[in-house]
Amino acid sequence: MTFLPPDRMNAGLLIRYARRRLAPNRADIIALFLIAGGAVLVTQAARTMGRPLSGLNVAPISLDPRNLPMYAALTTLRMFAALACSLLFTFVVATLAAKSKKAELVIVPALDILQSVPVLGFLTFTVTFFMGLFPGNEMGVEAAAIFAIFTAQAWNMAFSFYQSLKTLPEDLDEAARQFGLSPWQRFWKLELPFATPALVWNTMMSMSGSWFFIVASEAITVGKTTVALPGIGAWLSVANERGDGWAVLWAVITMGVVIILYDQLLFRPIVAWADKFRAEQTASQDPPRSWFYDVIKRMRLLPRLVVPMTVALNRLPAPQAPQIRLPEIRNPQIARGLDWLWLAVVIAMALWGGWAVISFVSRTLTLGDAVQVFGLGALTLARVLILIVIASIIWVPIGVWIGLRPIWAERIQPVAQFFAAFPANVLFPAVVGVIVALRADPNIWLSPLMILGTQWYILFNVIAGAAAIPNDLKEAASMFHLTPRSWQWWRTVALPSIFPYYITGALTASGGSWNASIVAEVVTWRHQNIEAAGLGSYIADATSAGDYPKVALGIGVMSIFVILLNRTLWRPLYGFAARRLHL
Amino acid sequence: MPTTLAPAVADANLVEVRNVKHVYGKGGGGAGLLVLEDVDLTLRPNEIVGLLGRSGSGKSTLLRTISGLIRPTSGTVVVKDMPGDDTAHGVAMVFQSFALFPWLTVQQNVELGLEARGVPAEERRTRSLAAIDLIGLDGFENAYPKELSGGMRQRVGLARALVVQPSILLMDEPFSALDVLTAETLRTDLLDLWVEGRMPIRSILMVTHNIEEAVLMCDRILVFSSNPGRVIAEIKVDLPQPRKRLDPAFRALVDDIYARMTARTGREAARDGAFPGLGLGMALPRISTNTLAGMIEALAASPNDGKAELPTLANELMLEADELLPIAETLQLMRFAEIEGRTIRLTTAGRRYNVAEVDARKQLFAQQLLAYVPLAAHIRRVLDDRASRQAPARRFRDELEDFMSEDYAEETLDAVVTWGRYAEIFAFHDDSDRFSLDDPG
Repeated sequence: MTFLPPDRMNAGLLIRYARRRLAPNRADIIALFLIAGGAVLVTQAARTMGRPLSGLNVAPISLDPRNLPMYAALTTLRMFAALACSLLFTFVVATLAAKSKKAELVIVPALDILQSVPVLGFLTFTVTFFMGLFPGNEMGVEAAAIFAIFTAQAWNMAFSFYQSLKTLPEDLDEAARQFGLSPWQRFWKLELPFATPALVWNTMMSMSGSWFFIVASEAITVGKTTVALPGIGAWLSVANERGDGWAVLWAVITMGVVIILYDQLLFRPIVAWADKFRAEQTASQDPPRSWFYDVIKRMRLLPRLVVPMTVALNRLPAPQAPQIRLPEIRNPQIARGLDWLWLAVVIAMALWGGWAVISFVSRTLTLGDAVQVFGLGALTLARVLILIVIASIIWVPIGVWIGLRPIWAERIQPVAQFFAAFPANVLFPAVVGVIVALRADPNIWLSPLMILGTQWYILFNVIAGAAAIPNDLKEAASMFHLTPRSWQWWRTVALPSIFPYYITGALTASGGSWNASIVAEVVTWRHQNIEAAGLGSYIADATSAGDYPKVALGIGVMSIFVILLNRTLWRPLYGFAARRLHL
Repeated sequence: MPTTLAPAVADANLVEVRNVKHVYGKGGGGAGLLVLEDVDLTLRPNEIVGLLGRSGSGKSTLLRTISGLIRPTSGTVVVKDMPGDDTAHGVAMVFQSFALFPWLTVQQNVELGLEARGVPAEERRTRSLAAIDLIGLDGFENAYPKELSGGMRQRVGLARALVVQPSILLMDEPFSALDVLTAETLRTDLLDLWVEGRMPIRSILMVTHNIEEAVLMCDRILVFSSNPGRVIAEIKVDLPQPRKRLDPAFRALVDDIYARMTARTGREAARDGAFPGLGLGMALPRISTNTLAGMIEALAASPNDGKAELPTLANELMLEADELLPIAETLQLMRFAEIEGRTIRLTTAGRRYNVAEVDARKQLFAQQLLAYVPLAAHIRRVLDDRASRQAPARRFRDELEDFMSEDYAEETLDAVVTWGRYAEIFAFHDDSDRFSLDDPG
């Protein structure tokens, strides 16, 4: 038996199509201008990237504000190039980790470590590598910069995608299998949509984080080589060197404009659109909105032009993944034996890698150096912890206060997120000017710079947590006359409620501060160098001296510190929050 | 449609399940939980067959085995097409939780299976719209699942399964996530479509734990025992459609099935037999002490006077068989009650518990718990033996996992923690995941 009802729907659709005029409307025009403008900038920018390296010296960074739009476009282009790489990396690596137990064994710990080590320290190595890859061409330096940004973006995105794949709702998975979706269809219909909300959020976080690195990676000095790529980062470094306060201000304004532009034109619309991928079966109470998304939805002409393309895209034959069917090992003993063998191989490779690093470092450095570096690490650790405590004391009460007032929270939340995205390192030199003028001790007064950019994570997470305190809890508290003025209210209502959020924020802030220490412990302003003793300044000095073994040692030690801190402090707290304080 | 089948076709077997056994958990080591044992099933054209049993009876596992979602540990499952050139073939499944993709519209959800089979877009549209029409969702083609009520969502699930024209429709507790009224409407609509032959399917195999639902819809009911799941009875339902719940023959059949479902817990079986495993390895259900007390009080209350028929009691307490039986069996395990056939009767301990004050109740409960629940006695003994009067819960969890899967171990330990806390025979600290003897009072 087949279904043969009259095809009413079909006819109705045709009539509706015919009635609707295809003339462009206002929304089309807005979008058209934006797209055309973007295209011009991208082609212009791409042309400069392929120039020979000597071109950089011919056209050095000029502090003429008229160049700023171009520089901003170049910088943004680099970030999106890195983002594209990160997405590709995410889809391939995270999928591999989720589908293969053997790959998972290697990828998950590797991601975990990579997302906590200070990527800024690697710049030395990657620049040398990429410049060797494209000798004499600007592309090499570009690739190094893009790679640096990529290393700031990719890990948490891959992690979030992996976690989504591991937590696919069981019934949807069964439905997909039962109706026989191919792996390709499964990816587009189930896996990618389910992972989208978390991935979008992590992508936004990654974009915020990468501003910090763009400033550091566009003007790189490795040993005798100094390269400045045209971009906002290089502009800033030149401006700082010359002590040109106005130029710094211009760059800051430009950056703000760029951040607001891509937030409004790209991320807000995506967040609004991604709301439909939330796996809950109920409509969200307060769906995210975006004016630009509304514009896109109202467009008349452009969708007509895009739809045929997507239809054509759908017609494309799905890539036929080679169907490798390994013979299923049904003997559990052999299967377990193979698992152990694989584990042994992985451990052997890890040991070999560790040994390679140690032998590289020990060629020029002694145990005494290692001890000294650990001492410096302890100094930086003390700074990070003290700063987190101070930032928490300041921002937790303020965050709770704001979070309890929905109107304020709505206004301040985006501002806090903007500050988190804003690369605080552009302001470092100006602060240094003050320190020099006041002859303050750099060992103390350089420290706050480390948390200048990352404290906002604490603030906006606490706001989110306080806003999520259930009403019945608040009512029960006020029934017993508990108010924010009493300590008991904080102990029983506020702190437990915001704790999981706070931990997320503090963890991010702590990781960011380690990274920031590399640029915050040594700062240049008008050819003056101010330095605080610590692991960050050790790595920075070794980098500018081109002393690779020292850089390797410094990064290695910092990685150990970060990982230990995560394992012994943040992860247990996280586990406690998830177990006990989850609402 | 029912009348047009040639005799040869009517006798064909659509599904043949032979000697299916399924073991969950630790692979190969023999420590896994036996879910299905020696199951045979034959599905012929033109019938609705119900798999009826309690949770843990493996009926859903069997359905998933037939759908190809899981492979049985041993045994064979053959799904055949109808003889001749019948357009319907294969199986399609309707899920308890609907399993709709929230980011796809109703129509896109319905087209899912067609797309997977590479049906061209135009034909997909025609067929999906027809299925949506058939199932009564006209006008909702562009809605997202979250905009629909539960009943409508399950209609989408039904359309999605029907549109691929399976010869067998598999339904996994399709109405149990719906409220009573919605479920009844959907059942009636489905039966109407079936009786009028408007669905492109040849047979329906449905899993349910609701006895009345099975009697209402099925031509044949296979009753499963639990732990391990076995077919303990096959019941033919000859009542003409549409069936009436208040019909005495209908009621008699429901009562009969009730008795069969509790039969294994009768006198001849060991008292502990209601739960899988023996001694320490007994898997216990997570049942609150309030529920147990409430059940004892209900049994002791005036019309019952300490003795009741289980079906009547279920009606009175508005519980499904699936919910009532674990409570009854826990009472039996602790000797607060005994079950015989479909009758449950309070023991002396049960009657004493009913009239006692709070503290006396706790003491009595502690006595019975230590005497008849081996795990509780074991934990207490370990704590008594240790100088520190403490023991990590991990240790008992590991012991349990030698007998059962991780999930069952967790549930069993949870049950004992709740009962032990109420009886005040030990304390449990969630933070440190330890048992101790310190007096919480």
